[in-house]
Amino acid sequence: MTVIFYISAALAVVAAILTITRANAVHSLLYFICSLLATAVMFFVLGAPFVAALVVIINAGAIMVLFVFVVMMLNLGPQTAERERTWLRPRTWIGPVLISALLIVELVYALVYSRAGDTVGKAVEPAAVGVALFGPYLLAVELASMLLLAGLLGAYHLGRGVLKFRGGR
Amino acid sequence: MTAIVPVPVGLTVAALLFCIGLIGVLVRRNIIVILLSIEMMFNACGLAFVFAGSYWLQPDGQVMYFFILTVAAAEVSVGLSLVLQMYRQFGSLDVNTINRMRG
Amino acid sequence: MLSLLWLVPALPLAGFLILVLGGKRLSHQAVSVVAVGSTGFSAIVAILVGATHFRFAPGGGAYSQTLWQWMRVGDFAPSVTLSLDALSLTMMLVVTIVGFLIHVYSTAFMAADEGYGRFFAYMNLFVASMLILVLADDLLFLYLGWEGVGLCSYLLIGFWYKDRDNVRAALKAFWVTRAGDTALAIGVFLLFTSFGTLRIHAILENVAGYPVGAPLCNVAAALLLAGAVAKSAQLPLQVWLPDAMAGPTPVSALIHAATMVTAGVYLIGRMHALFLKAPTALFIVAVIGATTLLLAAFSAVTQHDIKRILAYSTISQIGYMFLALGVGAWAAAIYHFVTHAFFKSALFLGAGVVIQALGGEHDIFRMGGLRRRLPVAFWAFMFAALTLAAVPPLTLTFNSKDLILNQVWLSGRSGAVLWALAAAGSLLTALYTFRMAFVVFLGPEQTRPMDKPPLWMLVPFAVLSLLGAVIGVPELLNALTGVKGFYYYLDSAMSGPVHEFDASVTEWVFQGIYVAISAIGIALAYVFYEHALAYVRSVTATRVGSLLHRLLFAGWGFDWLYRHLIAVPYVRVARLNRGDVVDLLYVAVAHVSRGINMLLSLTVNGNVRWYAAGVAAGAVVVLGLVVLL
Repeated sequence: MTVIFYISAALAVVAAILTITRANAVHSLLYFICSLLATAVMFFVLGAPFVAALVVIINAGAIMVLFVFVVMMLNLGPQTAERERTWLRPRTWIGPVLISALLIVELVYALVYSRAGDTVGKAVEPAAVGVALFGPYLLAVELASMLLLAGLLGAYHLGRGVLKFRGGR
Repeated sequence: MTAIVPVPVGLTVAALLFCIGLIGVLVRRNIIVILLSIEMMFNACGLAFVFAGSYWLQPDGQVMYFFILTVAAAEVSVGLSLVLQMYRQFGSLDVNTINRMRG
Repeated sequence: MLSLLWLVPALPLAGFLILVLGGKRLSHQAVSVVAVGSTGFSAIVAILVGATHFRFAPGGGAYSQTLWQWMRVGDFAPSVTLSLDALSLTMMLVVTIVGFLIHVYSTAFMAADEGYGRFFAYMNLFVASMLILVLADDLLFLYLGWEGVGLCSYLLIGFWYKDRDNVRAALKAFWVTRAGDTALAIGVFLLFTSFGTLRIHAILENVAGYPVGAPLCNVAAALLLAGAVAKSAQLPLQVWLPDAMAGPTPVSALIHAATMVTAGVYLIGRMHALFLKAPTALFIVAVIGATTLLLAAFSAVTQHDIKRILAYSTISQIGYMFLALGVGAWAAAIYHFVTHAFFKSALFLGAGVVIQALGGEHDIFRMGGLRRRLPVAFWAFMFAALTLAAVPPLTLTFNSKDLILNQVWLSGRSGAVLWALAAAGSLLTALYTFRMAFVVFLGPEQTRPMDKPPLWMLVPFAVLSLLGAVIGVPELLNALTGVKGFYYYLDSAMSGPVHEFDASVTEWVFQGIYVAISAIGIALAYVFYEHALAYVRSVTATRVGSLLHRLLFAGWGFDWLYRHLIAVPYVRVARLNRGDVVDLLYVAVAHVSRGINMLLSLTVNGNVRWYAAGVAAGAVVVLGLVVLL
């Protein structure tokens, strides 16, 4: 089981790197879906089947599909890929890679010196998650539903025709 | 049946994914890809939470992932509709064109 | 009855407030009633309080009435306290009585002026401030009165402010006295840091413990002396008084003859215990007095503006008071102050009568023969002039000036030199006084007077003149019959190193010398200005004569000296500093801020990824700190 975790971890990281380096937007999307699926496997292996399912259904199945819809609507394809390649000169990677490398070093340093142990190796049943959601986190669940409502309304309003700017330059 | 993973390794994976997402946000000029990289960062945070939940054997980690997901969904829907507006107003998906709020 | 003491300064202050708040709404009648009434009632209360104090003097000689605690800051707790002893009683009576009479005079003198209400408001404020000055028990409260009289002097000299020369004269007076005020303030600070209190009695008690000639006493006394010299227009700060004659004549009479200019004399008299421990400072007082009286007398002989003659005469007579203080004859100085207040203000009021009668003419050589036209004024003026020149039998023997001269002769080491200077000054005093009197009232008439002077101008003039003449009666009685008089009363309160002549024969000899000096002076004036005016003019027309005349006329060139020593360099430096060097610092701060702002606004470039990079870099830094620390 542990081996599967490592394999899917490696897969997730590789897919992530490929996501950010592709010029074609659709390719980026597909590689990210790959990364998400690898993450789902990691969750399943860690004994969290409920969230594993959630990743596949919602994250990969709804959010990514939304991305794909928008990309298709905007007709992003091979034509824009050329322009993207001109934006992705090696010179532009230096700064961000530096910042992220520093960040990674700090995080790994903190983690390695934390002297924490291993995971226990038991699963947390979906039933327990459900009890938690309807128990202590009930209020948060309700708030989450309101948040989704707000998101719905916002998306509806902002997605209409061309909005007129009022004031500003 | 479940894997036994050392905690630093698992959290390092999450950190790696987070930093790769960060690089994506800082490097890419296509707004869609930037939003995608942000999704990646969300995902990495969720992984860290779930990992911690399985270490402590508490459902709270998964509950946190549930909420992270909800927030990500709401954010993506609003964000993408803003992207649509941007495409209609400015005619381009280049993030460098929306730099009017300066000075 | 003594507890009514607070009314004495409070009534004129209330009068001031009513006049200031009423402003143009009050009629001339109402203004006169308020102003004259407040000073009149104050004078009545002063006389009652004085009489009570005189008859039933409380133990220790001083009655003090604390009104309220002014402030309390740590150890510093001055209170508003009025204190009454022989010295302040004398000053209080003089200020209120002379003030009242001059207020009555002013109702007629300023009747046609449109600033009538403003004038009386300032005059009332002046009387209140002067009373605070003389009744104060605390040096801080005294300083309040000191500043108050300086302010009123400025306001009243520049009363006709539409003429710029008047404003310049007022500013000159204010600046010169300010220099002295600063020295006085430093002296007060020094006394406070040394003794921890500003109550005058406490300070003088503490001073008694110091040896004679202690540096603290010398320095403090010298600083107080500087303040007194400025306020009393003595060398080297006497330049403001002749120009202060630009103010209305009642102002010159009240402020610049009788009261404010004697504030310095009062201060030294009040703090005489301190000065006794500072023999250097005391000697300087005497020297300043002697030189001032002589220099001012020389200048007075050459002036032809009647008010300027009287101004230089005032400077000279206050020089006598300083001389007396300098040799330790406190009582003689205060006695001379009392007589001087009466006859000098009388002379000023008389000058005002003459000026108004001739329609604003100030030049004595354009007046003449007014004896027949203004008889009352003539006789009152003569009385006052004779008092100034110290001529018996009208002023009676043993008057104030002779007392001073006697004390100076008897004072020891340099007494003889100072006496000679003062005696020469006496001769000149008689000369210039009667030069003025003869030229104005005798001789051929140059300008016709327009009207008879109003009654309310003549009455106070005559009353003051008479008071000046008869104030010496108790002293005559003392000399002849040994009855204790006013001088004895003062002397008992402020005893100094009193000297007596060895034999009374010597005393009469000296008296004879003084009479002779005055007589010679009057005779010279009569000869030169009645009969030999042409000879006088021919002398001043010669090279040496005209040079000397110009020097004396300009007050020995002090104005020229100060202009070239202080004013011109200062104006030059001010012009150089027009851009204000100190301001550069603050302007630089603004420039630097703007520069930093421009640098930082470069980061607000609207680029989203730039902002995200900023956030990421910040996170890296914070995490680094957390990890490392």
